[in-house]
Formats: sequence, C-alpha cells, structure tokens
Amino acid sequence: MRPFLFTGAPIEGAALRAALADPGCGGFASFEGWVRDHNEGARVQRLEYEAYEPLAVREGERIVAEAIARFGVARAACVHRLGTLQIGEVAVWVGVSSAHRDEAFRACRYIIDEVKHRLPIWKKEHYLNGDSGWVNCERCAAPAHPEHAHPRD
Amino acid sequence: MAAPLYGLVLAGGRSSRMRSDKAALTYQGEAQLERAVRLLGGLLPRVFVSVRADQAEEPLRARFERIVDRHEDLGPIAGVLAAQAAHPAAAWLVLACDLPLLDSATLDTLLREREPGRLATAYRSSHDGLPEPLCAIYEPASAAALRAHVAAGKRCPRKFLASADAKLIEEPNPRALDNINTPEEYARAMTTLTRPATRVSVQYYALLREQAGRREETLVTDAGTAQELYAQLAQRYPFTLPAQMLRVAVNAEFVEWDRVLKDGDAVVFIPPVAGG
Repeated sequence: MRPFLFTGAPIEGAALRAALADPGCGGFASFEGWVRDHNEGARVQRLEYEAYEPLAVREGERIVAEAIARFGVARAACVHRLGTLQIGEVAVWVGVSSAHRDEAFRACRYIIDEVKHRLPIWKKEHYLNGDSGWVNCERCAAPAHPEHAHPRD
Repeated sequence: MAAPLYGLVLAGGRSSRMRSDKAALTYQGEAQLERAVRLLGGLLPRVFVSVRADQAEEPLRARFERIVDRHEDLGPIAGVLAAQAAHPAAAWLVLACDLPLLDSATLDTLLREREPGRLATAYRSSHDGLPEPLCAIYEPASAAALRAHVAAGKRCPRKFLASADAKLIEEPNPRALDNINTPEEYARAMTTLTRPATRVSVQYYALLREQAGRREETLVTDAGTAQELYAQLAQRYPFTLPAQMLRVAVNAEFVEWDRVLKDGDAVVFIPPVAGG
C-alpha cells in the first residue's frame, strides 16, 4: 500500500493491517485516532476535516519514510480521513510492522506525532449548541483573548 | 449580425477628489486618456472621447473625436446616452479613462464574451460582485432601457446593469478595473505600475477559505514576497490570523516567508494545523 493516503470513506483497520503483514515481522503496532464527543469543555457533535492534499501527501510520505529509516521497522503506513465524521469514527490510522515490538511502538508514536504537527490538515468542530470552530485557529486569532491553554490534541 | 462596435472613453468627469484633471494624469509618460484611446483604437474601428460641453476644446481632448454630453449632472450615463444618440446603430464599448491597471487581456475577454443579443456585456466586480459599468459593452437595444432608467430618476449605471438583461463575466485580472479617484490612489497605482507585476494563484483552506469567501483565485500582484502577498490579501479580506501564526507553501512545498514570488507560483497560506 502507499505509505500515506487520504480517504473519504470509513477507515477499516483490519484490511490495512493485513496489507502490512510480513513473514519477517514479529510484531505490529497501530494507533487509531477517534472522533471524541467533547473538546476543551465543549460537547462535540461532529468533525469536518480538510487538507491541502498535494503538500500533505508529500509530507506524509516523508514522515513514514523517516520513521522506517530512523527506527529500522519493516513496513509502515498512515491513512487520514477527510470530510464529515461522526462521533466514534476513525479519523487517522497508523500501522507499523517490524521484527521487534519496541521499534514498532516508537515508529508508530513518531508517525502520529509528526502527522499532527506537520501536515496541512484542518478540523472544524461542530458543537451540540450549534456553534462551530476551526481547531487551533479561532481563539488564538481573536484580537484580545484571555490566556488559555493550547489544546494538546 | 452584431451591430458595429465603437469605443467610448469617458473623460467628462469633474475629477473633484483628485483636484486635477484625471484624463491628463500620466503613467510612464502617457496620459490616461491617451492610453485608453490607444488601447481601444487597437481593437475597434472608431473611438470617441466623451466630454462635457465646457471641455470640448480642451487641448488634450481636442486631439480625439469627441461626443459632447447633452445632460448636466447625470454622471457617466450622460456620456453613454450622448454616444447612443449620435450613432444609434452602434454598440459601444464604454471605458472609464481612470483605469491605470487596465490590461489588454481584460479588453480581449470582454470582446470575446460579448453577447449582442443581450442589452449589455459587463464584468462582475472582483470587489463587491456588482456589475462594472465603465468597462462594458452596451448594445444598441440598451438605449431605450437606459433612457427609461434616467426618466425614472435613476442615474446609477451599476444599478442599470444590475437590473437590465446584461451578461456578467468574471475578470481575468481582478485589479484591472481598480479606478483611481484621489492623489493617494494615483500614487499607489504609480508604484504598482513601476514594480514588476506577478501572476500567482492562491488557494485558501479552512478558516482562510471561509474568510476569503473563495477556494482559490488567480491574481496579478506587485507583492515581491509571500509575506507581502499575505499583507495585501489581509487588506482585502477579513483575515483574523496574523502571519506569525501561519506557514506558507509555494508549489506544494513549505517555503520561508521571504520567498520571492515568480510568475505562475501557486501559493497556499497554512493556518495552524489540526490533523489526527
């Protein structure tokens, strides 16, 4: 499979996992990011993801290649969902197969962290009260806003 | 068979905000009026200059074929009515003389998109979406409707086009029809014209897309760098994100803010990301 993909359809972890199977591997680690029903005290009804795809795919492929090179794992891939997602759906999937578990865990962690920080992907939260907002964009941009903690995820 | 198309350069304004005759303002050694007549002259069989009665013998205007307004205080509509009365069988490409950024692509597109079966063909303003009446083609059949508009006490040519059966088209260069009315606008236009203009495309995502009200646009800019381009766009759109919070990509690669823009660059400003 391609090292990094966007999809508009639900992410099926089992099928993706099968694509990373390798007889030389003794372990597989994966991470799934799910849509949660609350964020920063607000009750979330659904999320909307969009991406600048040409750059995000290129950068996403680089991240996966970096993880393979840095941790010496056999295979790795990441799939990110776009469009409207309901509570409980999988927004992002990372899978790594390798000879041993330690590098599989570390490579998996590296990929999800870098994906969150580097890829031009945005999410808009729609709240139960009818409001909505782009995560990390709206409150920081207000001309005079009270001190607040930046969301950690 | 389409009616013959003549050019009409409007030079009858009072230039009150400019405090000097706008037709005579020069850019790169050429008066605005001369430039407008020259641009139309290259495309149309006849070009006239629309003047008020007291301007008819003014030396700059007197070098061209003139059509004298018959109405006082009607604004640009007076010029169009006078031209239609003088040559009722002609269609008119009406052009303001104070469009220093006007380019031939804008005129070519207007001619190509002309639909003689409608009353008019005009650009939709890149600023407010309303028709641009002063770089537009008025077909002969528009004369009666225009007279009725005036008889009803109206004098706004934009409202005329907005209510008439006019074909509205998109501008190939969103700044081409920026007019200048004040010494400050003149100074800005001079700066633009003497700096190299670059044609870039900009795509907007997430919050910036919503605030710009569009996904993408192509624009001609005098911004030298990505940083300057964002500053210019922030004047036009209600962006709330300061540049320090953004990253910028050109041609699908992250670049530094001082990246020099080149013709054909595809620019994307990247709001704070939130993948995962």
